[in-house]
Amino acid sequence: MIRINDISKSFGDRLVLDTISGEFEKGKTNLIIGASGTGKSVLLKCIVGLIQPDQGTVFYDRRNFSEAGKTLKTEIRREIGMLFQGGALFDSKNVEQNVMFPLDILTTMPLADKKERVHFCLQRVGLEKAASKMPSELSGGMKKRVGIARAIVNNPNYLFCDEPNSGLDPQTSILIDELISEITHEYNITTIVVTHDMNSVLGIGEKIMFIYMGRKLWEGSQQDVMNSGVKELDDFVFVNKVMKSLKAR
Amino acid sequence: MKDFGQYVLFLGSLFVRRETFKTYYHLVLEECIQIGIKSTFLVMLVASFMGAVTTVQTAFNMVSPLIPNFVISQVVREMTILELAPTIIAIIYAGKVGSSMAGGIGTMRITEQIDALEVMGINSSSYLVLPKLLASLIMYPMLVIIAGFCALLGGYLVGSLSGIISPTDYIYGIRFSFNEFTITFALIKSVVFAFLISTISCFKGYYTQGGALEVGIATTKAVTTSVIAILLSDYFLAELLLNK
Repeated sequence: MIRINDISKSFGDRLVLDTISGEFEKGKTNLIIGASGTGKSVLLKCIVGLIQPDQGTVFYDRRNFSEAGKTLKTEIRREIGMLFQGGALFDSKNVEQNVMFPLDILTTMPLADKKERVHFCLQRVGLEKAASKMPSELSGGMKKRVGIARAIVNNPNYLFCDEPNSGLDPQTSILIDELISEITHEYNITTIVVTHDMNSVLGIGEKIMFIYMGRKLWEGSQQDVMNSGVKELDDFVFVNKVMKSLKAR
Repeated sequence: MKDFGQYVLFLGSLFVRRETFKTYYHLVLEECIQIGIKSTFLVMLVASFMGAVTTVQTAFNMVSPLIPNFVISQVVREMTILELAPTIIAIIYAGKVGSSMAGGIGTMRITEQIDALEVMGINSSSYLVLPKLLASLIMYPMLVIIAGFCALLGGYLVGSLSGIISPTDYIYGIRFSFNEFTITFALIKSVVFAFLISTISCFKGYYTQGGALEVGIATTKAVTTSVIAILLSDYFLAELLLNK
């Protein structure tokens, strides 16, 4: 479980996050949703420590990450797996080396065990035949899947996904979403997904936090999102004709 | 001043939260190949022509019959060891290796590869920059030695083949009144230049923000700043170590 208390962040005069609090539950796919530029990715980066918030605290299973020393911070970070928007695969390494990288750096596993684990993870994301390919030879969806394999190779307790289906076709998006959801339940990990894709919201969102202009405006389940009664959330959810007709029914 | 302060903090960050020796050992070896071995041909080519041209131009300026011919190779030797090999090659090294370092790290920054390292609990600056710095400190002095040798050889070949100076005179001039400290001075310069080029280039790349355009700008800034740093430190080292 991850808990955040009163997270605020400004860039110059611009307040990007305004006292956001909430809980992200273990074994569930927690979604942070909102329009582009509302501060979702900044919030995610504050949670993982890539951006230092101006105020507020982040707790990883009762461990205060914000006030942790370097040792504890490194320890917590080594329990984190993260899927970045563009995959963030290392260009100079092939798929197998990319996925093996966290094991090379963070563990003392023998090479044979590492290879076995890497191939298991690649098989899990359906890319066992792409092990020797370089990132430049992969499609957008394949890069995301390799990113997921790399994120889970070290058996993380926390999985973060920043816009996992941006730039992907709807079919591949659903495939990635399902993979994230399956992995979350399979390994009972705390997953936070930042997205503005309504397919993800309706498909895998178990706990949803809606961010509007840097503030948390609504929090609830997938079932409640259609009947929240919050105008800003309705404007976000029922933006196209299909969704509007769904609401009318 | 803000940039300089950030640069000093960046240098400090290279030596904290380091990974295991084994990790760095492999990375340093890879970098030695990338930035050292793969620069050897260019360095040899440039240095050979530098030596050849210096020989021809020195001979062209030697108009007095009272000056013996071996002075030509003596001048080539002094110019090569004191300035051409360490400094001119440093400018070429900044253009080839420095730009590659800044571009590579800058691209890693904008494609979130550096963020990925940080999320894994790895000190990205130490992991990415320290091997490049160590490889530069090892390889650049070697490149300077190779450059010095090639420049003197280039001068010898051109001088002998064109009849500017006889091989015997050339060798005599090379050995005449030789001060070994010039070699020490060249190697000290090469270590300082290697440090400046690698750290400045990596620093510029590491703090890149934006997209491909900004990576290009960072690369240009890396080369420009490195060249300025080379020239300034060249002067200060000459004042410090050669001024009697």
